[in-house]
Amino acid sequence: MIKWLGGVGKEEDVVVSTRLRLARNMANYKFPEFMTEEEGELVTSEVLNSVRDNAEDSLYRFYRIKDLSDIEKKVFVEEHLISPNLSERTANGSFLISNDEKSTIMINEEDHIRIQVLLPGLDFNHGWEVSSRLDDLLEKEIEYAYHEQFGYLTACPTNAGTGLRASAMLHLPCLAMTGHLNSIIEGLGKIGLTARGLYGEGSKVSGYLFQISNQTTLGETEEDIIKKLNKVVLQIVSRERSTRVFMLDKKHTEIEDKVFRSLGILNYSRIISSAEAMNHLSNIKLGCDLGLIDDINSKKIVSLMMDIQPASIQKSSNTSMSEEERDVYRAQVIRNNLINMEV
Amino acid sequence: MLCQVCGKNDATVHFTKIINGNIEEIHLCSSCAKENKDLEFSFDFPFSFQKLFTGLIDSVQDKGVQEKDITCECGLTYKEFLESGKFGCAKCYDTFRGDMDSLLKGIHGHNRHEGKIPSGTKDKMLQKRAIESLKSELEQSIKIEDFERAAYLRDEIKKLREKTKDI
Ligand SMILES: [Zn+2]
Ligand SMILES: [Zn+2]
Repeated sequence: MIKWLGGVGKEEDVVVSTRLRLARNMANYKFPEFMTEEEGELVTSEVLNSVRDNAEDSLYRFYRIKDLSDIEKKVFVEEHLISPNLSERTANGSFLISNDEKSTIMINEEDHIRIQVLLPGLDFNHGWEVSSRLDDLLEKEIEYAYHEQFGYLTACPTNAGTGLRASAMLHLPCLAMTGHLNSIIEGLGKIGLTARGLYGEGSKVSGYLFQISNQTTLGETEEDIIKKLNKVVLQIVSRERSTRVFMLDKKHTEIEDKVFRSLGILNYSRIISSAEAMNHLSNIKLGCDLGLIDDINSKKIVSLMMDIQPASIQKSSNTSMSEEERDVYRAQVIRNNLINMEV
Repeated sequence: MLCQVCGKNDATVHFTKIINGNIEEIHLCSSCAKENKDLEFSFDFPFSFQKLFTGLIDSVQDKGVQEKDITCECGLTYKEFLESGKFGCAKCYDTFRGDMDSLLKGIHGHNRHEGKIPSGTKDKMLQKRAIESLKSELEQSIKIEDFERAAYLRDEIKKLREKTKDI
């Protein structure tokens, strides 16, 4: 099971995860893209010192990008623990990760410091508390680049001000299937929020997962940003739920068919791509959350969605594989997991 | 259907990007899909600001007051900033100050930060304000020849200044 999914989250039948990211820079160094390797090293040691002096050492593990293999880097990305951008910073990128893997401090990404807090379910308030506390801790020994008018200064002006990007990952199969999602997404743009969906084969939604986040970072307090996001996410959650109830009532057999057909395929397939697997896992998750399937834990399905991504599959096999071999191994991993997934 | 990137292989990966209600269909072959960042299923920055950004800078350029050949001490010229949309260091914001109000307002709808203040900065700012107000009181007491009060105030200012140095 993916570590950061641990613990009980709120609204987990619809909200997969909550993420907060704070962008911070030091006043006395050029931004990462413009600095020398020596400057990068100084930035890294300042961050490490501040954590070492102000937090328990044992709470964090430290990795340098250049010390990781290609697969290891990608697994961190697939588990959402670091950004794809950081994984490419081989010259001076590094990160600290907390033991529960819910907090990451990325060093020398686009900005000197990116604090990320990742929680299961919907929990913007706790996410803000944790990330702000980490921010305070770092600031004890680091002089931040801060402007009286513009707030926290960032390499890209789109992050300036609070430096806060907060998002929730939502599983919205019923709103998507009924076509109600598009109008919701259109509405989000008008109130400074943005939604992004990931689609799979034949223009069908893959995994029915959507990420909703704030679009702007300057001019609103952090509390206002997350309050607005929280309110909107809760509205979408309640609409997804009522659509689920409606569909379970009006299209019971069709929904059941979709769910159990997916379960059948994953239980018996021998070759499967990650995109196809995502679709079926999403249907099974819906089946769990609707109570149609009661011997599988919905959260383990979410975990499996990450475990079956290409690099993670490769890592768990301990050998290097061609794409075809991966698809075969993936089918096997899924079968084994479904058999062992009794709640 | 052919892959829209290489135009050679059959497209086997299809997805739709939704950005603020704008729907964009994307069709790729499996090797081009591997190169595509959108498929990395990332929690990170939701979409590229590039297009929007270029547009904003264009409109800033029209009425922009910032001299274009000014160079920040980090080595970045304003022209280079306009091309990349990325700053070189924190001082760039002041070096290119002339256009910053309108650029940030264009991006965020606001150009004044609300919210968290680093605690170090907060203390310094409060101290600075306290010193300013003591100073004006000091001038006042000298004017009305209340030298006892003036001496007291001078000591207080000195104490505060010492404290500020430690932060
Ligand atoms: Zn191609
Ligand atoms: Zn600069």
